[in-house]
Amino acid sequence: MATIELKQVAKMFGTTYAVKPMDLTIQDGEFVVLLGPSGCGKTTTLRMISGLEAVTEGNVYLDGEDVTWRPASARDVAFVFQFFALYPRMTVYQNIAFPLESTHESKEVIDRRVNEVVDMLRIRPLLKLKPGALSGGDKQRVALARSLVRRPACFLMDEPLGALDAEFREAMRAEIKRLHNEQHATTVYVTHDQIEAMAMGDRIVVMSNAVVQQIGTPAEVYYDPQNLFVANFIGSPGMQLMEGDYSAGNAHMPGGNVYKVPQAWRAALDREIGQGKVVIGFRPEAAEISADGPFTGMVFGIDLHGAYVVLHVKLVSDQIVQVRAPRDHTYGLDASACFDLNHDMVRFFNPTTQQAIFPEASA
Amino acid sequence: MAIAPARAESFAATGPAEPVVESVRVDQIMPQAKATKKARMILAVITAIVMLIPVYWMATTAIKPRPDAVSAPPKIFFTPSLDGFIGLFFDRSQIAPGELEKYKERTDLSFVEQQALIRGMKILGPSKYVGRLVNSVIISFTSTALAVFLGLLAAYAFSRYEIPGENDWLFFILSTRMLPPVVVTIPIFLWYRALGLYDTHFGMILLYTAFNLSFAVWLLKGFIDEIPKEYEEAALVDGYSRMQAFRKIVLPQCVTGIAATAVFSLIFSWNEYAFALMLTGDKARTAPPSIPSMLGVGGIEWGSIAAGSLLFLIPVVIVTFALRNYLLRGVTFGAIRQ
Amino acid sequence: MSQVSLQNITKQFKSVTALSDVTFDIHDGEFFVLLGPTGAGKTTTLRIIAGLTKQEEGSVTFDGEAIDLLPPADRDVAFVFQQYSLYPTMTVYDNLAFPLRSPMRKVPEPEIKTRVTDIAAVLRITHLLDRKTAKLSGGEMQRVSIGRAIVRSPRMYLMDEPLSNLDAKLRESLRVELAHLQKTQRSTTLFVTHDQIEALTMADRIGVLDRGKLIQVGTPEDIYDRPATVFVAQLVGSPKINLLRVSCAGEELSLDDSAYRVPMEGVCAATEAGADGLPPAFILGVRPEDVQLSAGGTFIGTIVLVEPLGVETLLHIRLDGQVVICTVPGIAKARLGDVVHFDVNKDRLHLFHPVTGARLNA
Repeated sequence: MATIELKQVAKMFGTTYAVKPMDLTIQDGEFVVLLGPSGCGKTTTLRMISGLEAVTEGNVYLDGEDVTWRPASARDVAFVFQFFALYPRMTVYQNIAFPLESTHESKEVIDRRVNEVVDMLRIRPLLKLKPGALSGGDKQRVALARSLVRRPACFLMDEPLGALDAEFREAMRAEIKRLHNEQHATTVYVTHDQIEAMAMGDRIVVMSNAVVQQIGTPAEVYYDPQNLFVANFIGSPGMQLMEGDYSAGNAHMPGGNVYKVPQAWRAALDREIGQGKVVIGFRPEAAEISADGPFTGMVFGIDLHGAYVVLHVKLVSDQIVQVRAPRDHTYGLDASACFDLNHDMVRFFNPTTQQAIFPEASA
Repeated sequence: MAIAPARAESFAATGPAEPVVESVRVDQIMPQAKATKKARMILAVITAIVMLIPVYWMATTAIKPRPDAVSAPPKIFFTPSLDGFIGLFFDRSQIAPGELEKYKERTDLSFVEQQALIRGMKILGPSKYVGRLVNSVIISFTSTALAVFLGLLAAYAFSRYEIPGENDWLFFILSTRMLPPVVVTIPIFLWYRALGLYDTHFGMILLYTAFNLSFAVWLLKGFIDEIPKEYEEAALVDGYSRMQAFRKIVLPQCVTGIAATAVFSLIFSWNEYAFALMLTGDKARTAPPSIPSMLGVGGIEWGSIAAGSLLFLIPVVIVTFALRNYLLRGVTFGAIRQ
Repeated sequence: MSQVSLQNITKQFKSVTALSDVTFDIHDGEFFVLLGPTGAGKTTTLRIIAGLTKQEEGSVTFDGEAIDLLPPADRDVAFVFQQYSLYPTMTVYDNLAFPLRSPMRKVPEPEIKTRVTDIAAVLRITHLLDRKTAKLSGGEMQRVSIGRAIVRSPRMYLMDEPLSNLDAKLRESLRVELAHLQKTQRSTTLFVTHDQIEALTMADRIGVLDRGKLIQVGTPEDIYDRPATVFVAQLVGSPKINLLRVSCAGEELSLDDSAYRVPMEGVCAATEAGADGLPPAFILGVRPEDVQLSAGGTFIGTIVLVEPLGVETLLHIRLDGQVVICTVPGIAKARLGDVVHFDVNKDRLHLFHPVTGARLNA
């Protein structure tokens, strides 16, 4: 088991940064997710940890030891790729045993260790098959088994569920997490899917444009995003954002609606914004439909989500925000709708700096 | 209809970017990369030079005076002369020693005759080279156009319809290319004589078209297979017939394939030697068999042969150059989607 | 717009049956969604209506008139493909004008111009009109595709997973726009998707297809609240419905590998009474939102996995030999190994036959 530490690690391709200097410390046994849209630098970061990519600046430490210039093969990490990378001519058993062949272990030892991981992943019926005969989910299980069998100090996973059908993905997600709960191997997991990140990560590193935007637990990135990017990226849908003019405790929305800012935020807003534009952010579940709510709009669309409905409300500014509402109610299309926001779940951002505004520590 | 409004997310940008910091290790990695790049360039240049030597040789031989053209060791420096070209375009004969003096005194000699006189020769009349070059142009361009047109229709059918025994047909079509041409020249010669196609333009066009067609079908089928059929289906649903959809949708998208196929077909029929030698006499003879047969007085006219070859290259070079972008993609078809 | 009807449609591809005896109606102005996994025959159904594929048996009628012998061009339907349907050699304008310029319609150019400009404004693609389509982003491309369908007024729209190649956020915003457009125009639309969220959120009615067979037709509420088979129950809802192995014990269901019992009146007695070879074992479906944590709950289990998704948290609870997933709002502070008490909503249970998968309770 191992800790991983990145100190001012950066990567340049030509003259552009793929990853700008970043610091990250991963505790022993922690499950950390690198999350971001494609091209944000998350996979490059993972590859620098693995040694598949040389760093341009900074240092990588595994278990406190500087491994910056050590090749991938000498780092004791296991890499799980998006596209399974199984050897098509070998059986499942041979595929799993393959990493051990190079270690010159005895046949019995190899057999025992293969059997251990096979039971762990429940793939015993597949042992004699060739990869071509497996479903996507089973292929990824075998790939996982092949990396587990080496008992590496840490796992690096590059979108291992990206190539699976949606129906397998939910189940495999739970399975990988369960495996981690049993093994407690340090894991760095790359994905562009925020649901995966939220469901699996002990901590999430949100990246965009080669820059780390926020590092935090799922609850932190969901409830208290550092900036507008994280607010919009995390959640399905992302945080709903409305722009208004702030002055003296009130946010004046386009079309004449006035929102009274909760008391706890006033001091911070007075200091950060004073008088000017402010972005109000809220999650759909933080809104409550109520006839005297301070925000008014028209129902543009109604989504049934099984247990509840989501109303798409078109504001006077022509902007659409999503509001969660109970199912036992009928809403007319193009009818007017008013809603209020839960005081504890409303957030504010400075549109100029894109950064979140936080209330005074005392509040 | 209501105009759809902007989404809430629209003003959340991609996040703040930090100022670019100067990197320290780049210089350590870069020199290595630069050196490899240089070595590759040098290798490419050397290869290019080796490949171009025969062309250079031909070009210089074409403008060498006759004695220089055959001298050994070869001359690097020489006075350029039009000997080769005059030999190519005109039939000449040696002036009898007795008449030489008298001939030299004549004042009505044209430029070409004066040039011939330097070698002690007089002009008998124009040679047949120009006619044969024209034959080459007619035969190869017509057969190429036919092969591409017919090939396109066949390839489209093979690509889009379910044809019983499709693979057998395709194999059969390709099998016509498996025999070396020399093997079939005699039977074809006998046919052609019996059918009255010997030494006719039509006969040669027919032969080259048939020969190129198999290749054209295969190559174009590959290209059409790569065009998703949804495009045509969209057009069908939009109110167009199959042929209109083909013309408006498929054709513009497989220009690359058409160009590549045309260039390959043209190069084949333009350079073809064996059939042309056996199946043509005088009327329909193309340039390739006529160039090496340029025997002058007192031996082979290397200068004229080089000049003939040089001129012979030009049309293909022009066409290939004009279509070079398509050609590159054509050769790598399948690997790269347009 | 038209009322469309499919009667006993059957289609074979060599030895594989793509559709078998499919019959349903789409009402005038209705948004009908065909939902099913890959290979269910959804796209084949669309293609048969469009005339791009010929069925072996059965008939398609528009307003009562059979159209089976008409070529695609004469059926006057608009098709939005999943991808690859914009002509890359043409500009956005020419793509939008393409259906209007067809020899069938021959709309005069000035009118084409007006209609294309109007549609471009509706879909907010006016700034793209002069661009070649190859230079567009995925979302822009699909907007243009939709534009090309609505630029003429066809008898119906056929949409083949038009949103599935877009990223999640874009998919959602285009979905809402599309639904709004359809609702305001009242256009007859057949929309094919494998995404249950799209189906539940957009449809007036949903038809669920599985391996060529139409399993259930109904409103989104019908499909979600009263799935006709286990297959339908698993297809809709995210996270997936919990399926528990149970067997009958009088008026109660007893949970396998466990001492817990769930009252279920009528069903057990009825099936036992019927008794023609019915096995005593059943599958009990419980939606995760119908599992409610409560201090005095009947069931006691251990948390084995916590998945905080943001808007809700999924708790995987081990209940003796089986695992139940339960959703709780927000990000729960539950920990692995915590023992929790919960109840299930007894009015929203689904009982299925273990072999046929058919729904057994009312």
